[in-house]
Amino acid sequence: MTTTRAPSQPATASELAVPLRRRPRVRPGRAAAWALLAVLIFVSLFPFWWMIKEALTHNKYLFGDFGLWPQHPTLVNFERVLGLATPAEQQAEFPNEVIQLKFLSNLVNSVIFTTVVAIGSVAFSSLSAFAFARLRWRGRDLIFGAFLAGLMVPPIFGVLPNFILMKELGWIYTWQGLIAPYLLMQPFAVFFLRQFFLNIPDEIEDAAKIDGLGPWGLFRQICLPMSRAPIATLLTIQAVFAWNEYLWPQLITTTGHAQPLTAALGYFVRSSPTVARDWTAFMAATAISVVPLVIFMLIFGRRLVTNLQFAGGGK
Amino acid sequence: MAPTSAPAIRPGRKHQPSSRRRDSGRVALLFILPSLVGFVVFYVTPLVRGMYQSLTQYNILQPPRFTGLANYTALAHDSVFWNALKVTAEYVAINISTQMIGALGIAVLMERLTRSIFIRCALVFPWLVPNVAVATISLFMLDRTVGVVNHLLTAVHLPAQYFYQSPHEAIATVALVNTWRNVGYTALLLFAGMQLIPKHLYEAAAIDGAGEWRIFRSITLPLLRPILALVLAVSVIGSFQIYDTVSVVYQTPLPQAYVLYYYIYNAAFGELRMGYASAMAVVLFVILAAFTFAQLKLLRASRSDLA
Repeated sequence: MTTTRAPSQPATASELAVPLRRRPRVRPGRAAAWALLAVLIFVSLFPFWWMIKEALTHNKYLFGDFGLWPQHPTLVNFERVLGLATPAEQQAEFPNEVIQLKFLSNLVNSVIFTTVVAIGSVAFSSLSAFAFARLRWRGRDLIFGAFLAGLMVPPIFGVLPNFILMKELGWIYTWQGLIAPYLLMQPFAVFFLRQFFLNIPDEIEDAAKIDGLGPWGLFRQICLPMSRAPIATLLTIQAVFAWNEYLWPQLITTTGHAQPLTAALGYFVRSSPTVARDWTAFMAATAISVVPLVIFMLIFGRRLVTNLQFAGGGK
Repeated sequence: MAPTSAPAIRPGRKHQPSSRRRDSGRVALLFILPSLVGFVVFYVTPLVRGMYQSLTQYNILQPPRFTGLANYTALAHDSVFWNALKVTAEYVAINISTQMIGALGIAVLMERLTRSIFIRCALVFPWLVPNVAVATISLFMLDRTVGVVNHLLTAVHLPAQYFYQSPHEAIATVALVNTWRNVGYTALLLFAGMQLIPKHLYEAAAIDGAGEWRIFRSITLPLLRPILALVLAVSVIGSFQIYDTVSVVYQTPLPQAYVLYYYIYNAAFGELRMGYASAMAVVLFVILAAFTFAQLKLLRASRSDLA
C-alpha cells in the first residue's frame, strides 16, 4: 500500500526523463496512446500558461491577441494587483477599477492562514489520533465513531450556525473567526493518522514501556518519529486544502484585514462589471494564487502523487 | 474536506490492546481534549443548532421564532428550490459521468504506458489549484469576445459559444470545467487502485492473446470495482457541494446554473432567511446520507472481487 510501483518495475532515471525512449519498437496503437496522453497533458497545463501570458500583457494588447507569447511583456499587472503600482500606471492600464487592489496583504494572509491551519490541525489531530490508536479508555470507539460521522456532514451545514456563533463571540472579520473552525479538529486528519499509529507493532510499544516511557514519551519519541512520512504527507494535504479554502474565508472576512487570496480574488471578479473587465489584473491575481502551488509541486510533487492513494481527500 | 479512502479502511484490523494495558482514560482525555473541544463546538453544536434552526423563522438580528415544519412545507412549494435541486442533479450527472470515464481512460493510459512522476504531477496539478482560480481562468478563456476557446472555434469555422452565459450551456460548462480540474486526481486514485491488481493476470492474458480492450474489460474493470465504487461515491458527495465556481463566475447565476449550495448560501446571508436555509441544508444532508448509505451497500456487494 505504501507504494504505487510494482516491485518488478523500479524507477529509473531514463524512465522519468524521456518516457518515449523506453520501448524501442513503437507499435501504432502505442504511438496513438502516447499522442493522446500528450494532448491530455497539454489540456491540463495550457490554461496555466495562458494565465501567465495574459498576466504579463498590457491591457491594451489584450484584445485580439491569441499568440502564445506576450507582446511587450510587463510586470505592471502584478504591481497593480499587489497594490504597488502608481496611480498613473493604474490609470494607464485600467482607469475604472472598482475595488482597491491589495493582493500583497491578501497573499501574506493566505500564507499565515495556511501555515497556522496546517500545523495546528495536524498537531492537534495527531494527539487525538494517538489516543484513539494506542490508548485504551472507555468510550473510545464511540467517540471515534462520532468523529468519523463528522466527515459526512456537508460543510454548508456547519457554516450557517458557525457564522452565528462567530457573531455572538464578536469574531466576524477577525483572524480568530477565520481560523478557529479549522484549527482544533479535522476528522479526516484524525482518521488518516490513526491508521498509521495503529500499524506500529505492539512489541515496539512494549519495549518502550519497559524503558520507562509513559504515554507522552510513547507519542513523542516513538509514534511521531515513526510516522514522519505520513505526517509530512498530511501536512501537504492540509496546506493545499487551507490555501484553496473559499466559502468560509470569504464569508467571515469579507474584505477585511484577514481576507485571504481566494476570498480577495473571488470578490475582485464578482464585483467587476461584466461589460468591462480588467482581465489582465484578473490573471495576475490568479497567478499569485497559483504560482506558490507550482513551487509546492516542484518540491513535494513526488511525495504527493505517490501517496495520494492514502488520502482521497478533496472537495 | 470530503474524506476517506478505501485503502486506508481495513475492518478487522482494529487495534487489540495487550491485556496488560489498563484503562488510561485520564491521560487519553488530555490527548483528545483539543480535538474534542473543536468537534463539540464546530461540528456537534452546529449540527444540533442547524436542525433546530430549520424549524424556526430566523433573520439573525432577532432571536429565532419556532414555526414547526413551516420551512419544510414552504420548501415543498418553492419552485426555486426544486429548480436548484434539478440544476444540481444535472451538474452532478454531467460532472461525474465525464470525470469517471475520463479518469478511467487516463488511469489505463498511465498504467499501460508510463510510471513517470512528471506526467502524474502534470495531470494532477489542476486539482491543487483553488476553485476560485480555476473559475477565473475559465471565465477568461471561455469569454465570448476575448476568450481563446472561441477564437479557436471560429478559426475552424465553428460558431462562437456563450458558455457560462448561455442558458443551454451554463451548467454543462460549470460541470466540465470542474471535470477538467478533478479528472487527473481521480485518475491518480484509480491508477493507485490498479497497482493492486496482480501483474501476472495481465501477463497471462497477454500470452492468451487478449487485446487491450479485452484485458480492460475482463481484468482491470472487474478487479477495480471496489475502488471504483468508493471513488465514485466520494466524488458524487463532493460534486453535490458545487458552489465556488458558480459564486465566482456569476454575479447572479442564471436560473439554469442556480445550484443548491448557492441558494442555501444566498437565502442565509443574502436574504437573512437563516431558518429556511437551514431546512435546505438538512435536505441536502439527507440526500448525501442516502448516497453514503448506498455507497456502503455498493462496497459490500463488490468486496469479494479482490479476494
